[in-house]
Amino acid sequence: MGKIATRKSFGQALAELGEIYPDIVCFDADLSKSTMSSLFANQFPDRFFEMGIQEANMIGAAAGISFTGKIPFICSFGAFLTGRFDQIRMSVGYSQANVKLVGTHCGVGIGEDGHSQMGLEDVALMRTIPKMTVLQPSGDRECRQMVEWAVKHQGPVYLRLTRQGLKEFDLPPFQLAIFPQLREGEKIAFLANGGLLESAYEAANRLSEMGIVNPAVYNLHTTKPLDGTFLTELAEKYKEFVVFEDHSTIGGSGAAIAEWMAEYAPIPRRVYRYGVKDQFGESGRPEDLYQKHGFTPEGIVTFFNKNS
Amino acid sequence: MSDQLFSKWASESRQVRKNIIKMIHYAASGHPGGSLSMVEILFSLMAEGGVMRHSPVTPSHPDRDRLILSKGHGVPALYALYHHCGYDITNEELMTLRALESRLQGHPDRVRIPYLEASTGSLGQGASFAQGVAMGYKLNGIDKRVYCIVGDGEMQEGQIWEAGLSSAHHKVNNLTIILDYNKAQIDGHIDEVLSLEPVKDKWLAFGFHLHEVDGHSYQQLTTALRDTHPTKPSMIIAHTIKGRGVPFMEGKVDWHGKAPNSNELELALNSIEENSTIGLQGGANG
Repeated sequence: MGKIATRKSFGQALAELGEIYPDIVCFDADLSKSTMSSLFANQFPDRFFEMGIQEANMIGAAAGISFTGKIPFICSFGAFLTGRFDQIRMSVGYSQANVKLVGTHCGVGIGEDGHSQMGLEDVALMRTIPKMTVLQPSGDRECRQMVEWAVKHQGPVYLRLTRQGLKEFDLPPFQLAIFPQLREGEKIAFLANGGLLESAYEAANRLSEMGIVNPAVYNLHTTKPLDGTFLTELAEKYKEFVVFEDHSTIGGSGAAIAEWMAEYAPIPRRVYRYGVKDQFGESGRPEDLYQKHGFTPEGIVTFFNKNS
Repeated sequence: MSDQLFSKWASESRQVRKNIIKMIHYAASGHPGGSLSMVEILFSLMAEGGVMRHSPVTPSHPDRDRLILSKGHGVPALYALYHHCGYDITNEELMTLRALESRLQGHPDRVRIPYLEASTGSLGQGASFAQGVAMGYKLNGIDKRVYCIVGDGEMQEGQIWEAGLSSAHHKVNNLTIILDYNKAQIDGHIDEVLSLEPVKDKWLAFGFHLHEVDGHSYQQLTTALRDTHPTKPSMIIAHTIKGRGVPFMEGKVDWHGKAPNSNELELALNSIEENSTIGLQGGANG
């Protein structure tokens, strides 16, 4: 199976789910061909609202329409959507509006468009909002399951999607906050999401073959909420965790795990945040940017060679 | 008929104004100026005989007209009106405004009180929210209206104009935005801080069906509120007086966000009692 971008999986899933759930409506801010909400728009033109380049107004209108029984999905690049933080904080979060926020083009993985278009702080922003769910699928099937989960879930959800295709792993059905395990290991666990899951998985195999470390690998698909029982089990199994994400290390999934481990782990556990290190993104080919940030399997192996 | 109704409202509004002043006094904080300026707007919408179809018996009826208070700091007036209309806010609860655990938050919280419709207070967002509700009604084939009160200082926010551009484009004809144009904001008079003028021309250019009224005249307000357009959203520019009904607060920027002390409370309550004709003769000109 070839690599599929989760934005495409999202668009297809929403168009399919639109048949089953007549209350689904969709909003976009002039990026429907990029976010793939156009697939829904083609199928259900009466339930699709082209809002123009007005993210703030789109967020407010979606909050409003959710209180007429509709289930709005609002789509834009993650950077632009979560950049309207106060609208999400007030009109969606504080109002407890049943709005599904879909942020595509997340991470340096988008490549040439550069920093302004890269969602690099979106997870950090969204997880500060009470009752917000923050999800990031690692592939096509999981993305489709998450979209349906979001439809059924009462409350705001942020779905973080990639522009680039992702390797499809054989995963169990999506279960909120329970990270599927991709690889057995000992002492150390890699938790990775989105575009970095494949790199982390590959690196774990190589590091193990090289006899450096033998990391377990988990798909960190839920950044909020976290499941205390599940994380306690992980803390009892492994001494160290490395969280891989195509996002700022400040406030992201790694920070969420580090905070949890620091505060609640039965035994103190070290957490290393592996992501974009407090810097802006830039233009470049996606593969070059992945190399620069150490996001390739080689980069990860090199990092462990230096630090172990 | 309407003369009797307006006289009744004018009489009843005195108690509402007194409650607003008392609530803010007991809370020792709040916004009397912008609460008092919209009392006639709220009566015209919500009071018995007003233009909105709503009921305290079925506050979450799917086919209700809805009111969204975008200028959330004016919420004491809204609480007082809901109390007046028989909703489940008692007189005792009114006086818990801004206290810990009170449903009556300093700015509207729709989770604590669902019939407030929207949680607001960060300015500029209510019109978008109202637009969304109105679009949902149209999609559901519900022939009801959504009203949204915005402040004049608030209209300096860009998002209000986004909602204007969008509502007209999408022909959200079941939306009425009401501007409580009391001419003052925290840092001074609107025209000194950041003028909206020519505000009427701007909203006409945006494609709104527009009325400009004396916001303390029941006659003008109800006439304008009832005159809607088959394809355009409506804008009512309601000229008002900040602090209306309490002479020492009227037109004073300082009373935007200050609570009256005990002496001022007594003075305010007495002057409200003596002033019984607000709403009948108007008083605010453009």
